[in-house]
Amino acid sequence: MTIGVGFSVALGLLILAVAVFTIGTRDSFAAVVAFVVYGLLLSLGWMNLYCPDVALTEAAVGGGVTGALLLNACARVRSEKTSDFKKSPRWIGRGMAGLLCLALSSGLVAVVILLPNPAPTLAPEATRSLSATGLGNPVTAVLMAYRALDTMLEKVVLLLALVGVWSLASDRFWGGRATFGHLPEPDRPLIFLTRVLAPVGIIAGIYLFWVGADAPGGAFAGGAILSAIWILVFFAGLSVVPAVGSLGLRIVLSIGIIFFLAAGVAGISMAAGFLAYPEGFAKPIIVVIEVAMTLSIGATLGLLVAGPPGQSLKP
Amino acid sequence: MNVPTILGICAAGLIGLGLFSLIVEPQPLRKILAFNVLGNGVFLFFGVVARRGAAVGLFGDPIPQALVITGIVVGFSATALAVALLLRLFDETGSTSSRDDAQKESKSERADS
Repeated sequence: MTIGVGFSVALGLLILAVAVFTIGTRDSFAAVVAFVVYGLLLSLGWMNLYCPDVALTEAAVGGGVTGALLLNACARVRSEKTSDFKKSPRWIGRGMAGLLCLALSSGLVAVVILLPNPAPTLAPEATRSLSATGLGNPVTAVLMAYRALDTMLEKVVLLLALVGVWSLASDRFWGGRATFGHLPEPDRPLIFLTRVLAPVGIIAGIYLFWVGADAPGGAFAGGAILSAIWILVFFAGLSVVPAVGSLGLRIVLSIGIIFFLAAGVAGISMAAGFLAYPEGFAKPIIVVIEVAMTLSIGATLGLLVAGPPGQSLKP
Repeated sequence: MNVPTILGICAAGLIGLGLFSLIVEPQPLRKILAFNVLGNGVFLFFGVVARRGAAVGLFGDPIPQALVITGIVVGFSATALAVALLLRLFDETGSTSSRDDAQKESKSERADS
């Protein structure tokens, strides 16, 4: 057994152990904290599989922004007494569920062991026309060129989720600001930390987006880091969440989709078809779309954590 | 045993754990956590397939990787919507329980007496 395999075994066991704790612990707050640890360990697992782009996104979204969202939710419902536990299914139900899940896991283990060898791959197809896109990172090329439609529709899903969250606002708060529930008064260390971290984080986010063309990174990881910094600024009370009715905010939220659609429609007349890029101009168009997308992703993720508007603009 | 196989077995375990918790856990917040544990297990499965598809000088097949990146963000937006629904339920009723057994029990007691 080599060191690499030994590391993977240890990492796999650690991930499973943290997952068991996340599920098993009775304290919801501990479960959420364990879930953040779980997300960070998973991004190590992604590095172990040589998928640095996914590792960055998992660390920023799976561990970071999801953690902020769930911790905030946990703090708000914490006053509820945890008497629900005895209402969970009886041991027969638990046993049957356990057997079902055990069978599922065993089946999946068998699938992993019996995966075809040599493994099917689309890597040759993905790299074949890489030079035409002007991109050096094949994952970004798949996201922005070969499967650009998926990426565009995924932006639509994000926006729909935000519309869903906003629609849960009370009528009297509509058009107002999101409040993250009720944030406690920020203390001085948090304000100081935010002032130090925000410039570094903004540069890190923009850097990750920019190098994404040729190296691991991209609009998703960059946008997620920008949104995390934005959330931190709100928590520290250094800025207020923009009102949901504000036109500027709505432009930022939809600019990713607008640019994507504009490039797509332009492709019908100037190139081979919808979302096809004209030869020689692929890279500049992709960069422009990615700038818009990074802004939209950052703003949407931040506002999804902020929740529905809970404060009216009128005093 | 190589690295993808080991992490594939780990992913299989995560999917089973997540599904078990999703079934037996009565609290919605914990169900949302379970849903995320399950989802991350499925994503890790994609990673195993990607790593096994390493070819033409790449360390992995970029297609599953790109799918997972969009998947992580979509999973987050679903989680955010679920959390918003949960918090609204809590604001309205003072409880996050999705069960109405307790209400039914108290109603039937009233009907008996």
